[in-house]
Amino acid sequence: MSAELAMIGLIALPLAAGIVAFVARRVAVVLTIGVAVLQILLASHVARSVFYQGSLRYEVGGWGAPLGIDLYVDGLSGLMLLMTAIVGLGVVVYASSYFAHTRSGDSVVYFWPLCLFLFASLNALSQAGDLFNLYVTLELLTLTAVALIGLAGTVDALAAALRYLIVAVTASLFFLLGVALLYSSYGTVDLHLLATKFQFDLPSRCSIVLIAVALILKTALFPLHYWLPPAHAAAPAPASALLSGLVLKSSFYVLLRLWFDVFPYADLRSAGHLLGVLGAIAILWGSIQAIRQTHLKLLVAYSTVAQIGYLFLVFSLTSETTVAWNAWSGAVYFAMSHSLAKAAAFLASGSLKHAHDSDRIDELAGAAQRQPVTIFAFAIAGVSLMGLPPSGVFLSKWLLLNSAVTSGRWSYALVMLVGGILAAVYVFRVVAKSLENIDPIASDPTATRPISPWMQWTPLALAIAALALGVMAYQPLGLLEIGAPFSPASGGGTP
Amino acid sequence: MNLDHLLPLLVIASSLIPGLVIFALGEERRRARTILNLGGASVKLLLVAMMLWGVSQNHVYVVRFPITQSIDFALHADPFSLLFVTLSAVLWFLTTIYAIGYLEYSPHRGRFFGFFSLCVAATSGVALSANLLTFLVFYEMLTLTTYPLVVHRGTPESIRGGRIYLAYTVSGGAVLLLAMVWLQSIVGPVEFVVGGFLESAGHEYRNTFRWIFALLILGFGVKAALVPLHGWLPEAMVAPAPVSALLHAVAVVKAGAFGIVRVVYDVFGVGFSAELGVATPLAIVAAVTILYGSLRAVYQDDLKRRLAYSTISQVSYIALGTAIAGPIATVGGIVHLVHQGLMKITLFFAAGNLAETLGIHKVSQLNGVGRRMPWTMAAFTIAALGMIGVPPMAGFVSKWLLGSGAIAAGQWWVVGVLTGSTVLNAIYFLPIVYATWFKPPDGPWPHDHERGRFETHLWLLVPPVFTAISVVLVGLLASIPFSPLDWARLIVEREYRP
Repeated sequence: MSAELAMIGLIALPLAAGIVAFVARRVAVVLTIGVAVLQILLASHVARSVFYQGSLRYEVGGWGAPLGIDLYVDGLSGLMLLMTAIVGLGVVVYASSYFAHTRSGDSVVYFWPLCLFLFASLNALSQAGDLFNLYVTLELLTLTAVALIGLAGTVDALAAALRYLIVAVTASLFFLLGVALLYSSYGTVDLHLLATKFQFDLPSRCSIVLIAVALILKTALFPLHYWLPPAHAAAPAPASALLSGLVLKSSFYVLLRLWFDVFPYADLRSAGHLLGVLGAIAILWGSIQAIRQTHLKLLVAYSTVAQIGYLFLVFSLTSETTVAWNAWSGAVYFAMSHSLAKAAAFLASGSLKHAHDSDRIDELAGAAQRQPVTIFAFAIAGVSLMGLPPSGVFLSKWLLLNSAVTSGRWSYALVMLVGGILAAVYVFRVVAKSLENIDPIASDPTATRPISPWMQWTPLALAIAALALGVMAYQPLGLLEIGAPFSPASGGGTP
Repeated sequence: MNLDHLLPLLVIASSLIPGLVIFALGEERRRARTILNLGGASVKLLLVAMMLWGVSQNHVYVVRFPITQSIDFALHADPFSLLFVTLSAVLWFLTTIYAIGYLEYSPHRGRFFGFFSLCVAATSGVALSANLLTFLVFYEMLTLTTYPLVVHRGTPESIRGGRIYLAYTVSGGAVLLLAMVWLQSIVGPVEFVVGGFLESAGHEYRNTFRWIFALLILGFGVKAALVPLHGWLPEAMVAPAPVSALLHAVAVVKAGAFGIVRVVYDVFGVGFSAELGVATPLAIVAAVTILYGSLRAVYQDDLKRRLAYSTISQVSYIALGTAIAGPIATVGGIVHLVHQGLMKITLFFAAGNLAETLGIHKVSQLNGVGRRMPWTMAAFTIAALGMIGVPPMAGFVSKWLLGSGAIAAGQWWVVGVLTGSTVLNAIYFLPIVYATWFKPPDGPWPHDHERGRFETHLWLLVPPVFTAISVVLVGLLASIPFSPLDWARLIVEREYRP
């Protein structure tokens, strides 16, 4: 199969399946799982093609830029596709069991088509070669995300969904405005053409600000993170995993791609430092908030706020060319590892919530006895959240720390280390509680609901995958070098 | 990939795989679990013996996987790795026997033995690491796998002990990470090379190297329980006795001490450390730790706490021997890594037997216990006398070498420290020995569990007797080939070879 076909398939297949699943509800579950499995094969095929042949560009319908729609895949996109496919499969398998066991109202049937639309828009976003496509896919993503947040149908969920909708639509407007400004200046939305034409004049600066603010809002960087914890905590566990694991990463991906491939990042140094400082504050603030939570899902959601902070350090740390590649690849690798680990943590906390009928951390005493696999999964995901070896997060932290130390940014290095220790505090708060012994009478197994094997083992599998990323980093990092900025292999990137 | 590459991996796998299988087995499969535990431990002994022979014949075992362009995961087996890995393999085998006897009737055995095996896998990894990154991977894995063992009982006290343990070790790990990244940013990937390699790195980095050295020692010093980083160790005493034995003799404190030796000898180099002026501060910290630990031990009535403070003191002999630039003291420090392990594990086995069989936890309850449990207390006595440094036992050999090595290096004050420590050792061990053998019992023991024909369960009795005999043997036969002392000499000869 040609790589082009796989690229198209990654968008068309989930989109078509989503429409079918919307109508034919009976086959929705099987269809979604089938698509998720196919997605893994297609994404690996695309990634392998990029690995061996270099970046791929596909002109849909043969029109070509500036008129037609171009799909573009390099190492970064390839990794995004793989990440979406792996997390997607894990979540879908988990969800088939989760929704069979919980009574969350009739609206949960919409999970499956929404999930497929989400895959389609994520895959399209990762392969988009122009600004307008990025806008459309981002918009589609936002709408599915809103629906996913509100899926539980509770008052909390609907309020959180509404708040997210307002935030996201505002952000989209900003983004669209920025795109319109760029289009009026340069007459193209193709990323490659834009990069060659870009000038640092006033309209362009305005568009950069608009686009950056939009994407920061969607990625929930401190202090624009306020909408995230209620939204991610109120959604059903599989939806939370998708939102925290994938949706946030996609807006970060867009910012990363524009910043380093299109915008003149060398001229944006002070803005980059600002983003770095906000990231550092996010790490500390998010971790401290996570420590203070009494509910498990909120704890995991605030942990996301903190971990998003690490990603934004890249905008500051790339200002010196000698360490830029370490910082850039470290941030991307962080995003990948965090996706897997955070999805695992959300799924595990969903299982615990299902078993205990509540996600209060205080009620987890004895959980290590009753739900050993789930607690184990949470703990292994926690190893990644803490950034301890051998997880992929550890490796990316090593790369980020290396660039911070080499360029003499000691404050960032300290923030990263303190962030790790704070993460240990909130992870072990949960683990220690679950290890507490309970007296044999209260430990009556009927006190908690059993967790189905799928709901036990998929979080563990995702958590172990996050761990494995640290051990098997050679190939993913090699893939990442293709077409990347600062890459030691290509000596600089062009989209 | 031939056997030379495979052997280091197999040594780690021999406890990693049984550990993972034990998790999968579940709680009730007692026989299968016992077979896996002892099978893994025996296979490990065999593999280590093969490697020991190979290394003594100058055979090189290395295995290396690239993780990124500039970072490798690498294992190797040099004589010093083998000293540590042999110690942990032998003592793990005995501790496994002991733990089966100690815990097979209490809850969560599956979890316990799973983490128990993983913990030893991590220790072997620490021993066999060929560079700082690999070392850190296993060092942190050790923290994570020992935590569930420390909190095993799930009581509020053990949860608290576990929290303190983590607070120290996780912070120590963070400091270590910073130091390693810093070092790597200057000199590139840090491989362990006999004699160190930083000396050639250029003059302008000297001050930076001092800072990095301090951070590295800070990071390792937490696990090695250097004062004032020792606070977790007495708190971690809430763990079951086999875990304490493991923490004190084989795994955690030893990994810290091992790391200090690696940094001084194989990263910085002895000569360069002395030149930078960082060796003497380390020696002073070690000396303070030795005296402080002993002094605190004197005032503990809880037997395990007394042993814990004794560990704090005794482990610093290793750091002291390392910091004194001279071959004889180095041999003393390195051989003490083994000797302290043998003696301390005997003491903890004995303390565990007293708690398990008679319900005795305090020093003041020990009157006349030698008559009820003669074998256990004989083992305890031998190990205690060894700790004090009575010839011909293991502790005497290490103290003698440390003292004469310090004199050879012109560091007379060390002899004073050793003498002071010996006096304090005698003050906190001799009354116990006296009370158990010569005082009459105060009355019935708190919880006397009759356990069959012997004074206690046979599985609890064999390990301490065995280690006690070895405490005498490694002292008596210190100069025969493959004895710990002989092996330590081999290590040091390679280190100081011109």
